[in-house]
Amino acid sequence: MCIPWHKREEVKVAKSPHAPRRSLGEHIVVALPYLWLIAFFLVPFVIVAKISLSQTAIAQPPYLPVLDLSQGFAGLVAFAKELSLASYALIASDDIYLLSYLKSLEVAGLSTLMLLALGIPLAYGMARAPKRLQPVLVMLVVLPFWTSFLIRIYAWVAILQQDGLLNRVLLALGVIDAPVVWLASDTAVHIGIVYSYLPFMVLPLYASFQKLDESFFEAAADLGCPRWRAFFTVTLPLVMPGIGAGALLCLIPIIGEFVIPDLLGSSETMMIGQTLWTEFFANRDWPVASAIAIVLLALLLGPIAAFERVQGPELGGRRR
Amino acid sequence: MNRRFSRFNLVSVALGLAFLYLPIVVLVIYSFNDSRLVAVWGGWSLRWYVALVDDRAMQEAALNSLGIALASASLATVLGTLAALALTRLGRFRGRLPFAAMLYAPLVMPEVITGLALLLLFVAVGLERGFLTITIAHTTLTLCFVAVVVQSRLVDFDRTLEEAAADLGCPPVKTFLTVTLPGIAPAIAAGFLLAVSLSLDDLVIASFTTGPGATTLPIRIYSEVRLGVKPEINAVCTIFIAVIAVIVIAASLATRRSTTNDAGTPAA
Repeated sequence: MCIPWHKREEVKVAKSPHAPRRSLGEHIVVALPYLWLIAFFLVPFVIVAKISLSQTAIAQPPYLPVLDLSQGFAGLVAFAKELSLASYALIASDDIYLLSYLKSLEVAGLSTLMLLALGIPLAYGMARAPKRLQPVLVMLVVLPFWTSFLIRIYAWVAILQQDGLLNRVLLALGVIDAPVVWLASDTAVHIGIVYSYLPFMVLPLYASFQKLDESFFEAAADLGCPRWRAFFTVTLPLVMPGIGAGALLCLIPIIGEFVIPDLLGSSETMMIGQTLWTEFFANRDWPVASAIAIVLLALLLGPIAAFERVQGPELGGRRR
Repeated sequence: MNRRFSRFNLVSVALGLAFLYLPIVVLVIYSFNDSRLVAVWGGWSLRWYVALVDDRAMQEAALNSLGIALASASLATVLGTLAALALTRLGRFRGRLPFAAMLYAPLVMPEVITGLALLLLFVAVGLERGFLTITIAHTTLTLCFVAVVVQSRLVDFDRTLEEAAADLGCPPVKTFLTVTLPGIAPAIAAGFLLAVSLSLDDLVIASFTTGPGATTLPIRIYSEVRLGVKPEINAVCTIFIAVIAVIVIAASLATRRSTTNDAGTPAA
């Protein structure tokens, strides 16, 4: 079944007219994960927001002011007076941060496009493979995802370095005359990202292609539409939900990526995840690191909301 | 989709899989290289594996990682399964929307943000950093993945079975234990394995929330890798890959019998 992109919202879990009376057990089912997520996902962000308004200090913890609730309301007022926007002013005034954000967007945007270019043919091919082969193909795509992410990036370091495998193969084939510098470049970062995120792109795409009714494509082809054109004008629009899910599932985490640019990229322009890491671990400037996180979060709020719109109904509406 | 597997399809699948596996194959082969230099092939050898036997720090890190992975995955499996049940079986409840939003957000949230946020929480409440804090952090991250995997199975699960049990006077808890749970067990197992693997894999969140004496395997590997390619690390990675591959293949063979066509989710 293929639900049109704009009608997805309507497919939801059946709603009862009024919430039924709950038993104790049902309360526990909701309350346990709910409280956990509030304590360890929601509250931490409030603290990040708070610390982004603090100032660096040579103290333990390394920021001021510290909220002293024992003094009651007076303590709260004293605390509020000390808050400042200095960290945000720094982020706005120094080009390093702006360049980092832009660099992240550029790398993430380009990588996502490459992932689509590589993922669509792969997922399409998988969905058209003989039925009994498909579970095997899915497993082959998922298997590298289970092995360590760090290991897979590390594998590329050995391939891309100066006397690495890639240069030696290209030299032996006579494609290049002198070793090319692959490592510590944007090319290496793109290769690493595309490689690591490919399963995240392929699986939602494959799920969409697999559910697709190909008779639309056949009809267009029978009516004289060239096959490549039928694919772009008929098939692709029908798998838009998969494309949307795959693209967002890759784009959002790539923007904040740290490990890949750190191991494969150059140190000239850092991505924002690296800048945050440096501020926190090297400079020990917790307020600025927090402010970077808050700005990044604000930037990602739209894409995350879009992801949840795609993801939520997809899961709720799978039942036919 | 019908079966018209063209040559173009074949080429794209073959190239895609080659791209995914080539680096791993290279890594495994070079872990048996006798030479210390990557550029030189010194013949087959097990010397880097032998070197690992004496590497106490690496072994300790591996044990730390394993302990944290098992603890956090167990906790995450319970919480994630409850969350999935809440979203699929309880209909509308107050705060359902923010609950779902909090449950899906960690799936895409950049790790640097989650790691920083959790660390600041632990500092704010004065919790000493170490095993406990990494375990809490990994539980938070992985419970969302477990919930998604289990939820997709619950949505497909035939509810009339549960309704029949309830109509015949079976109490809800017993219905869950005897009807629902066996039905979703493969998804719960898959969710657990996914949580273990995510926890074993995590570098960024663990780096933020770690403390003295709680160095995990990725943190250890990362600190070595930053200094350049080392053959010992190739050997560690090969062992890691072998263990994971055996677990995944065994798990998928075990679940193949009970589930069919669950290809939509990353773990199933």
